Amino acid sequence: MKTAISFSGVDQKYMTHAGETAALQGIDLTIEAGEFVGLVGPSGCGKSTILSLIAGLFKPTHGEIRAFDRPVEKPSAERGYMFQQDYLLPWRTIEQNIVLGLEIMGALNDETRTRALTLLNEMGLGETAGKYPHQLSGGMRQRVALVRTLAADPQIILLDEPFSALDYQIKLLLEDLIVDTLKQRSLTGVLVTHDLGEAIAMCDRIYVMKSHPGRIKSVHTVPDSIRELSPLEARESTEFHHLFREVWGDLQDES
Amino acid sequence: MKAELKTQTKTAPLRKSFLTRGATSPEHAAFLRQKRLTSLGVLGTQLLILIAVILLWEIGARLGWVNSFIFSQPSKVWAAFLAKAADGSLFYHTWITVYETLVGFLLGTLVGTLLAILIWASPFLARVLDPYIVIFNSMPKVALGPIFIVAFGQGFLSIVMMALAISVVVTTIVVYTSFRDVDANMIKLVTTFGGTRRHVFQKVVFPAALPTILSTLKVNVGLAWIGVIVGEFLVAQKGLGYLIIYGFQVFNLTLVMLALVVILIVSTLMYHLVAYLEKKSLRWRD
Repeated sequence: MKTAISFSGVDQKYMTHAGETAALQGIDLTIEAGEFVGLVGPSGCGKSTILSLIAGLFKPTHGEIRAFDRPVEKPSAERGYMFQQDYLLPWRTIEQNIVLGLEIMGALNDETRTRALTLLNEMGLGETAGKYPHQLSGGMRQRVALVRTLAADPQIILLDEPFSALDYQIKLLLEDLIVDTLKQRSLTGVLVTHDLGEAIAMCDRIYVMKSHPGRIKSVHTVPDSIRELSPLEARESTEFHHLFREVWGDLQDES
Repeated sequence: MKAELKTQTKTAPLRKSFLTRGATSPEHAAFLRQKRLTSLGVLGTQLLILIAVILLWEIGARLGWVNSFIFSQPSKVWAAFLAKAADGSLFYHTWITVYETLVGFLLGTLVGTLLAILIWASPFLARVLDPYIVIFNSMPKVALGPIFIVAFGQGFLSIVMMALAISVVVTTIVVYTSFRDVDANMIKLVTTFGGTRRHVFQKVVFPAALPTILSTLKVNVGLAWIGVIVGEFLVAQKGLGYLIIYGFQVFNLTLVMLALVVILIVSTLMYHLVAYLEKKSLRWRD
């Protein structure tokens, strides 16, 4: 198996006038290609910082981060990012929104545009290409955001609580959609969430983190019996509840 | 479509009138009627006030309640309008002023926006220029009049510079603030695709601030009028501001009133034109 993401001895400190705060300390982790990994933990444990570091939005104070065996220097379309909200640009039509990444990469041509529109069609949103974001529902908009991310043809998808702004029902449907999409394309996924159930239902492996400073506390592998099910079905299984209690206990020690 | 037809036939005796046009049901008709009656009432009252003021002014002047030598009177203003329109001088002076105002407010918006882009692009420059912007903003720009005349001469350039001086700093501040208020996550979005600061500006910051830039255009129309009229007061060769000063000096207050009325009408037209253009260019919002 190929390694998609690796952290070795990563520290992250935030500097302010008053001094420095350690956000992350001694992070070592390895994520295989095609794996879907969840990061859970109390707020302030640095899970979002890890995501930003993988994205290359800033560099760690110490240590090294590699993606597909190349050091992460700056953001790249190879690592797609899904936000808490869709952040569709309201002055652009849906079609213009989904090609934003391609435009920035300088890769927009007839072929890539057609591929983006095909993706939109696959998500059942082909009709909306000429519409503006405010004409769509929250769930549709987040699906458009997924198309925008996928259109740039990433190898890794970083998900920063992408369902937190949605209704419960829509959130469950989108979980299924994202897991399906990632597996189908054998993409690597990293999910940051404070919803433990979501992490267990979607991920292959879960990192539990603790705060002050942010460190990795434990790693849990999700058994095949849960992984074979869709996130929606997984929530019903007994193994799900078993693992939930185990990880929950781990999280409780923290607070 | 079918359902619509059905309800139409069911409530067949739907009375069509000016007040209920476009109604889909008797209840809707009543609702529309009520709304339109209120609108008509507002418009009617507005017209009534205007007519009453003009009438009172005219009657007051004739009966000697107001001194018509100082305050003129509507019939004299109308006569002056006909005379000045006939010899073409009114349109000449109006065109001069409108032209100066257009140049002034387009330049004010353009230069203000460019300055805003410059200080957005360089946070260092933004910090350096901050106190100067604050000082220049709090200064009454009209006080610069004499300096402009010395520097740019007794004419067009001084007047346009006055309009520019009045509108440019406000524009810079408002537009720069709107650049800075753009949602940080939208900027992050562009960055995660590997976008540069230039991409951030082109794809997110500028389009997001465009509504603000367009609405400063509206404010700048008003500011440019102030600058141009003050400029014409000082330079006093042609234009509506010149007509006001000239009328005042020869104590022809009818001319002053005529110039005021023309300014009122033209500046209102200009404002609505800009507001219309703003609305048209922001169609994605509705």
